[in-house]
Amino acid sequence: MTTGTTTPAGSAIAPRRRRADDVAGLGTARAGLFVAPALIIIGVFLLFPAVWTIWLGMTDYRLTGLQAASPDFVGLDNYVEALTDPSFWNSLWLTLIFVIASGIVGQTLIGFGLAWSVRNIRGWAKALIEGLVLAAWVIPASVASFLWLALLDRRSGTVNALLGTEGTAWLIDHPMEAIIVFNIWVGTAFSMQLFSSALSAVPPSQIESAKMVGASGWQQLRDVIVPNIKGHILTNTLLITLWTFNTFTPYLVTAGGPNGKTEILSVYIYETAIPGGQLGLGAAISLIMLLINLVIALGYVRVAQGRRKR
Amino acid sequence: MTATPVKTGPVKTVARNRTVRHYVSRVLFAVLMALVGVLFALPMVWLVLAPFDATPSLSLEWPDWTLDNFARLAENPYALRSIGNSLILGVGTMIVVVVLGALAAYAMSRIRIPGRDGILYGLLLLSSIVTGTAAMVPTFQIITQLGLINNYVGVLLVLAGGILPTVIFILKDFMDSIPKSYEESARLYGAGPFRILKDVVAPIARPGLAFIAIWTIVQVWGNFLVPFILLRSPDLQPAAVLMYTFYTESGQADLRLISTFALLFSAPVLIIYFVVNRRYGFRFHGGIKS
Repeated sequence: MTTGTTTPAGSAIAPRRRRADDVAGLGTARAGLFVAPALIIIGVFLLFPAVWTIWLGMTDYRLTGLQAASPDFVGLDNYVEALTDPSFWNSLWLTLIFVIASGIVGQTLIGFGLAWSVRNIRGWAKALIEGLVLAAWVIPASVASFLWLALLDRRSGTVNALLGTEGTAWLIDHPMEAIIVFNIWVGTAFSMQLFSSALSAVPPSQIESAKMVGASGWQQLRDVIVPNIKGHILTNTLLITLWTFNTFTPYLVTAGGPNGKTEILSVYIYETAIPGGQLGLGAAISLIMLLINLVIALGYVRVAQGRRKR
Repeated sequence: MTATPVKTGPVKTVARNRTVRHYVSRVLFAVLMALVGVLFALPMVWLVLAPFDATPSLSLEWPDWTLDNFARLAENPYALRSIGNSLILGVGTMIVVVVLGALAAYAMSRIRIPGRDGILYGLLLLSSIVTGTAAMVPTFQIITQLGLINNYVGVLLVLAGGILPTVIFILKDFMDSIPKSYEESARLYGAGPFRILKDVVAPIARPGLAFIAIWTIVQVWGNFLVPFILLRSPDLQPAAVLMYTFYTESGQADLRLISTFALLFSAPVLIIYFVVNRRYGFRFHGGIKS
């Protein structure tokens, strides 16, 4: 068998120069063969669509009719059309509300609150709370959507029964609030897990010292906990923003309605391009979405690098 | 190592006021969190009870226990087939992603390709930017041009393209931690690279490969948007899309069917997640989460 060698700890956090010896006798040519299939799939189905969007957004490409067979180059017309269309700005505005309320505020605060409240308890209560929140995250989106439709149902929904508000049609009267709460329900697990691990890394001695000098719970939070987990808060905010901005799941609850009141950008693109058949216009709006994603992702990279340097 | 600060006796009344305030705020916080707990539990109670109720409604009620709904579900021509379709897509994508991902990760781990780390980070960044939603339009158009609409190959390739960067990233980390001496001795005995990968590296990397396999299946299992856009015929729809058509296209929603189907469709991922969570702890990797 082998000689007793110790495994080198390969950690991505501390980049140590490792010997990349060609121990298996791969050779560069064969290594290229190993890498090629994966890179081709990524290239065709991930990189190419992004580039293709730029061209597609400058054509009047449609699903059906004459423009489906021979689309014309229309330059920046699609962008002009999108940027002068009130429904586009309405969608962008709704997206902003949705991302801030359900992602940045809702998921982060509730996730932190849950992590904070279960940090010192052990046993079934902790397992139950964490399990419930995780389950909401894991249940497939189309099932989660139906569960909320059942919950908010006008005639026999549980929410109306509990609040004594029989006959309230939540999804018609308060559609935006409904998808915000729904999205908090679906996504909080991530923040909760992230903050749980962050809180467990806060040095107990610091909290103890704060308690000794008589700091209240809020003061401990402000002066000890938050400075310690600043990096995690930033990471959490950026990732949640990216995911919430890109989620399509609210479509399954309200389908963008009523009257476009929940038509966030992802739903707007879908409605424009696929049922609406305006692929060119849809691509132009997609490019705007891709650029926003790029900005958020680059922000995340900067934060991650800053943390690695420290 | 804690320093013990000198305790200065605080004024008693201040201390008492503080205790009362502290106590009240703690109770309020506990009540608030209990409410949040209820909010999280409520939607799921229906999922657990309704399938076993002879006459389920949308409201929560103590069920009239029965297992008939599961028997009826088996008679529905679409229901079980769609679960099968989800399995085909999940396992198919998993095989493509694990095989190609492992090959690429191994080569990247063992050969010094110029700019290797840059490429890896670039791909990872790309996969978080080009999400299913943001790339919906060009993806749809490319698949249309390739003539792969309503074909599993198209769905599978699109899903694999989105997942592969993350997979290569995780597996390369895994391969980096495998000592090279094993491969050296295998090579001394005359084994070729494929043989080494199959018989030496793969068994050692098995935990990593297993994690990737499970993670991929879970990702694909719940994915709604890609099959929703790329598949047309009802026979081919995976469970995620069929679930949606069940409650949007049927005039009168058949709650016995929907509730049972929802539970059957959710159970595998829930079980997988909690088993994995218990065994390996939780690990996050961004990537497609649509």
